[in-house]
Amino acid sequence: MATGLAAPKQLAIADLKGKVDPDWCPGCGDFGVLAAVEKALVELQIPNHDVVTISGIGCSSNFPGFINTYGMHTLHGRALAVATGVKLANHDLTVLVTGGDGDGFGIGGNHFVHTMRRNVDLLYIVMDNQIYGLTTGQTSPTSRIGMKTKSMPFGNIEAPVNPISLALAAGATFVARGFSGEQKHLTQLIKQGIEHKGFSFLDVFSPCVTYNHDNTYQWFRSRVKKLEDDPAYDPTNWLAAMEKSLLWGDEIPIGTFFERTDILTLHGAEPVLNNGPLVYCDTRITPDVAHSFIEELL
Amino acid sequence: MRQTFAIGIGGAAGQGVATPGDIFAKIFSRRGLHLNAYNAYQSIIRGGHTFLTIRAGPEKVTNMGDCIDLLIPLNQDSMNRHLGLLSAGSACIYNADTIKPGAAGNCVQLCPLPVSKLADITRNKVAQNTLAIGAGLNMMGISFQALESVLTEQFKKKGEAVVTENVGIARAGYDHAASRFKPFAWPLPMTENRYAVLSGNIAMAMGGAAAGVKFYCAYPMSPSTGVLHWMAAHARKAGIMVRQVEDEIGVVNMAIGAAHAGVRAMCATSGGGFALMSEGLGMSAMMETPVVVIDCQRAGPSTGVPTKTEQGDLWQMLGAAFGDYPRIIASPLDIGDCFKIIPEMFNLVDRFQCPGMVLCDLLLSEGRLSVDPKDLGFTPGIDRGELITKANGTPSGPGIGGDYKRYKITESGISPRAIPGVPGHVHTAATDEHDEDGVLISDEFTNTVKRRAMMEKRMRKVTGIEAAIPPPALWGPRNADVTLIGWGSTSGVIEEACEILSEQGISANQLQIRWLVPLHGEAIVEILKGARHTIIVENNYSGQFARYLRSETSCVPNGYIRKYDGEPFMPHHIVEAVKEQLTGKTTLSVPAHEIMV
Repeated sequence: MATGLAAPKQLAIADLKGKVDPDWCPGCGDFGVLAAVEKALVELQIPNHDVVTISGIGCSSNFPGFINTYGMHTLHGRALAVATGVKLANHDLTVLVTGGDGDGFGIGGNHFVHTMRRNVDLLYIVMDNQIYGLTTGQTSPTSRIGMKTKSMPFGNIEAPVNPISLALAAGATFVARGFSGEQKHLTQLIKQGIEHKGFSFLDVFSPCVTYNHDNTYQWFRSRVKKLEDDPAYDPTNWLAAMEKSLLWGDEIPIGTFFERTDILTLHGAEPVLNNGPLVYCDTRITPDVAHSFIEELL
Repeated sequence: MRQTFAIGIGGAAGQGVATPGDIFAKIFSRRGLHLNAYNAYQSIIRGGHTFLTIRAGPEKVTNMGDCIDLLIPLNQDSMNRHLGLLSAGSACIYNADTIKPGAAGNCVQLCPLPVSKLADITRNKVAQNTLAIGAGLNMMGISFQALESVLTEQFKKKGEAVVTENVGIARAGYDHAASRFKPFAWPLPMTENRYAVLSGNIAMAMGGAAAGVKFYCAYPMSPSTGVLHWMAAHARKAGIMVRQVEDEIGVVNMAIGAAHAGVRAMCATSGGGFALMSEGLGMSAMMETPVVVIDCQRAGPSTGVPTKTEQGDLWQMLGAAFGDYPRIIASPLDIGDCFKIIPEMFNLVDRFQCPGMVLCDLLLSEGRLSVDPKDLGFTPGIDRGELITKANGTPSGPGIGGDYKRYKITESGISPRAIPGVPGHVHTAATDEHDEDGVLISDEFTNTVKRRAMMEKRMRKVTGIEAAIPPPALWGPRNADVTLIGWGSTSGVIEEACEILSEQGISANQLQIRWLVPLHGEAIVEILKGARHTIIVENNYSGQFARYLRSETSCVPNGYIRKYDGEPFMPHHIVEAVKEQLTGKTTLSVPAHEIMV
């Protein structure tokens, strides 16, 4: 953005500081996600009043309170449904949805799948810590088999969901994975996700230092491998992305798995929005149209 | 007594009961006649039994009435079910090739149509229906021309040949009746009026469009689906975003999202879907984001009887979502009111920033009524309340963030609402309890003083809502023998029952409740003080409104009339129950529905 006397004030990190400081546990992976989101917004210079950060319920869903954009801290699992309504009423807004793995893949699983197939233009960041934190440590939909938690003290016997494969199968048009411990890389992914026209899914390994002693920073750090480091990897190849998404073990890929730009966003596909965002449209129906509605009934 | 004429058409689903119904309705409304239509049907696409009643007359027809003047059974089953209920002066037109009449009552005219002789049934599968329409209209004293023009419109799309064929068949039926059947004693009159004929679902959808709804979403659920269908078909013309959502939880949340972004948003469902929306209503209340939810009640509990009516969701709605919060609940009195009530509700929820619920039912949602087009005005007053938009919002403080307080504590409880996109008003709306500036006071900052202040701020809105809603009024003579109390859709049938009672020497008046929450308890107590004998009439098992009235006012009526068999009240059900109660026989009447539908 050009600088000068006439130019509006540049957005700075300080402008994005929320009214209160995050109350996450010291060392929580979510701090890194918040920092990366702030950096991405500053780098993209999107005015904070044009951004709505929407979350469900959980530790990571407290996110909107910690960032100075318009925010909605909604119901457990419902953030994507609310966000779809916001985007369709005013598609000029940049919509960020933030939450955890329980919120998004458990109680919100239905909306997760349907919001992806609709290609709603928003960025959905899941702070995936493979555990329920705010309820003090129960098994989550991404907890590994065998993991011992308060709700499954003898070990989890249910297979975890693979968020990346699920997103690919459900038709998400941007699918990526980041790691809270890789700030630069994560910031880049967030920028890409915001700029992508369509549904952007970003699963972020965001370790829970209090309740998950299996999937720690060290555990991830030694395993994550950036897809971008492989020059042969083609993120427009859906089958290749699906194959990569299945990798889990000594090597876990992070980065952009998949992106396609040839599909209309939901708001782009709806002719009702041709005259601009609904929120700025006339509330009154023209007398001609009203008359035609009555005529049908005579 | 009001002069009316009722036609009953019975058949299996898929036999084409609806088309003759539409044709009769069109002809009646174009003659300037009022009409009321109700279809008793089953949750089946082909087969079963459906029975459509269309009642017309020169004065307002508020319900389906007590008797059928013309029965058109399209199959043997319908003949068997309904013929016995016909009384003197009525007639039954049927296909003599396939249907055998049973024993008819005195002075009931049987009108057999030799269908295969009058039409080529190998070419036209619904020839019996068209012949019956022609014959029936002749007996009612209506010109053939009226039928010809409606048939021409009906089949225009299918081409000239189809029009000619159907007009020819109708003519054959018309002429056959002229030479063989006795006309009805009371030829249908004609007036200069012109009415629109619509269902409650269409009325509520159009009411939404008139109110400036820009976002409508739903999950299909009988009997509310008609709202979705109208909205979807007219979305582009009306500039409304219409979405079909994965479930009703998604529906209410999506609607609230759109409302939060600044547009008027509405959704409709039935009891089961409404149950799923419950948590979302709490969110609307806590975030103070207005939304309007319609519940078209059907017989419950659970999946219940999807195609049958009931007033069984009152307590679900009274208790929807946990915690205390201001809510508005209204129940439309008739199909015309379904239109009017939506803009009224939107003005209230926008002013008071809370959820508004419309408690409709299958009887109105899927019934049809003639409405004067003047009563379908698309320019109702629109009051968006204290809304800060890009157009009127000025940054309220220095720099980004400012000192705008979304949940500012005010005397009215109403805090000016800024929508996302307005500079200088950035804030977070939360379902957690929060302070004036939106900061959560649910975890680290729990604070009993602030919690109490916010609770009281929200609840103060109730006083304003009460003042904005008119108290109910007593209809009919002041000093009546009996006062009938009802709510919502029973309005029309109770009105007619009162008239019949008066004709029989029992003076009756009516107290019909439209606004359920807030309920003007004191006004109701005042009205009922002067009542000699009070009876609450409602379409449910437990007397949901009676229990609600008692909980709010301590008022206990002298008796109850309840019906929970899936069908609506007919006037005689109420009349007979009142008489039985006035003689002291009982205090609870549950009328039986004589017609097996």
